Amino acid sequence: MKESIGKLGDWLDDRLMLGQLRDVASHKTVPSHRQSVFYYLGGMTLFFFIVQVVTGILLMLYYRPSGEEAFESIEFIMTTVPFGWLIRSIHSWSANLMVYFAFVHLVTVYFMKAYRPPREITWITGCILLFLLMGFGFSGYLLPWNKLAFFATKVGTDIAGSLPVVGEWTMRFLRGGERVTGGTLSRFYGWHVAILPAVTVMLLGIHVVLVQLKGMSVPPAIEEEAKKKAPMPFFPHFAMRDLFGWTLALAVLASLAALFPWELGEKADAFAPAYANIRPEWYFVFMFQALKLVPGGEILGIEYEAIAILLFNLGAVVLILVPFLDRGVRKNGRSPGFTIAGVVALAVIIGMTMWGYMSVVPLLIVLGTGLMLWLVALVTRHSDEGGGK
Amino acid sequence: MADSNPVPTRRRFINWFLGTSIGALLASIVYPVSRYVSPPDVPEATTNQVEAGATNDPELIQKGFKIVRFGADPVILVRASDTDFRAFSATCTHLDCIVEYHPDRKRLYCNCHGGEYDLQGKNVAGPPPKPLSVYTVKVSSAAAGQPGTIVIVRA
Repeated sequence: MKESIGKLGDWLDDRLMLGQLRDVASHKTVPSHRQSVFYYLGGMTLFFFIVQVVTGILLMLYYRPSGEEAFESIEFIMTTVPFGWLIRSIHSWSANLMVYFAFVHLVTVYFMKAYRPPREITWITGCILLFLLMGFGFSGYLLPWNKLAFFATKVGTDIAGSLPVVGEWTMRFLRGGERVTGGTLSRFYGWHVAILPAVTVMLLGIHVVLVQLKGMSVPPAIEEEAKKKAPMPFFPHFAMRDLFGWTLALAVLASLAALFPWELGEKADAFAPAYANIRPEWYFVFMFQALKLVPGGEILGIEYEAIAILLFNLGAVVLILVPFLDRGVRKNGRSPGFTIAGVVALAVIIGMTMWGYMSVVPLLIVLGTGLMLWLVALVTRHSDEGGGK
Repeated sequence: MADSNPVPTRRRFINWFLGTSIGALLASIVYPVSRYVSPPDVPEATTNQVEAGATNDPELIQKGFKIVRFGADPVILVRASDTDFRAFSATCTHLDCIVEYHPDRKRLYCNCHGGEYDLQGKNVAGPPPKPLSVYTVKVSSAAAGQPGTIVIVRA
């Protein structure tokens, strides 16, 4: 028996070059320094993505993408299908945590200046992946066909429609017609379960392979420190910590889903007013709040609101181009201007989100995240003497 | 190329021929697909007037407004006073949400981004760029003392 397993192993080894893969894995290391904790964030985002794929496929078994049946099919999932409430709640919670960790990953990578050469393409694919995740959020939001979903989609697609020249066509393309109807729902379903996953998996593949090829970036400010310490072997040391984090994340996810099941709300009605305090998902709230502040009016035939929206798009383009704009970091590893700009942008986003919710909770969540990362840094510290292994 | 007026060689001819064929092949795929993904215009029956119920409709009296189907569009019928009924497009001119009426403040209000309109449909506060379009309201009473029937007409 043991012999035949060995033979099978050899047979696979010859064909799949497992030995070489094992060799690469055994040589892979992760730099060890006081900011090493940030290296876990990308993997954490990946974990939530995997949860999304699995729970998403499960939801597809019962979900029916049409204006007449969507809401009822989710009601069925939540009330009749065994553990349906759990699967759907995990899908909703994990979606939010995935976007949140993608944000935190982006912010830490930005401040560690990991976008500098030769990792520009890793940065660009990462930014596009974040936008794709927001696209997942936006398209998935409509699928329950409740009132919140209906108005969020009306507003979101109308925002696209306010862009000059291409706006009208884009809005019709997104909605599948003039109005948000069951036809829009079918379209969004197609985006959510086919187009976006295909593009995301492709980009994710490039992103992860690039991280393997180029290794983890060490922030310029602590290169000296990192040189003094022995790097942590990826396998088993880093992988074990990753896995521990994923187990913890699964526990948090299960608790959230069980204790705070995601609400379904009321069925969408194209002939009912928007209800009081209606708001988009938290990651759109800072833009939502900004749009509330822009007065009506136009300049040179362009509405003020379209200008605000164009500025947000410009912000996204600037974010993608950061590796090429930041010349200082390429020259001497220093770019305090970009650090300050990052702090200001972050403060504006957090401030606008707090304003949008009229609450300090967003700030507390950010501070809580900082505290959590600090604790994780303490627990996962790598000591060469063998204590932390 | 040095020769400003070259005699086309056989290779050049074939290259040009194959190159344009590939272009044509791509166009023959891209064009139908791009037309397919752009939703077609579906003709809609034009609605010119709808009946919106009686003047003593409990919903209208209690909330001060109700949303009426005007073809595929929502229209808001506002009860400004016992005898004064007004109708506007219920679609906020800002970002397409559906407005409601706040009788205490005599304002039409959009919950999405806080846009406000007065009882002429004029945008008076918040982000809306344009006024709401106004519809004509006709009240026909069957007999004196009886509640009338409200009819909304496209202005």
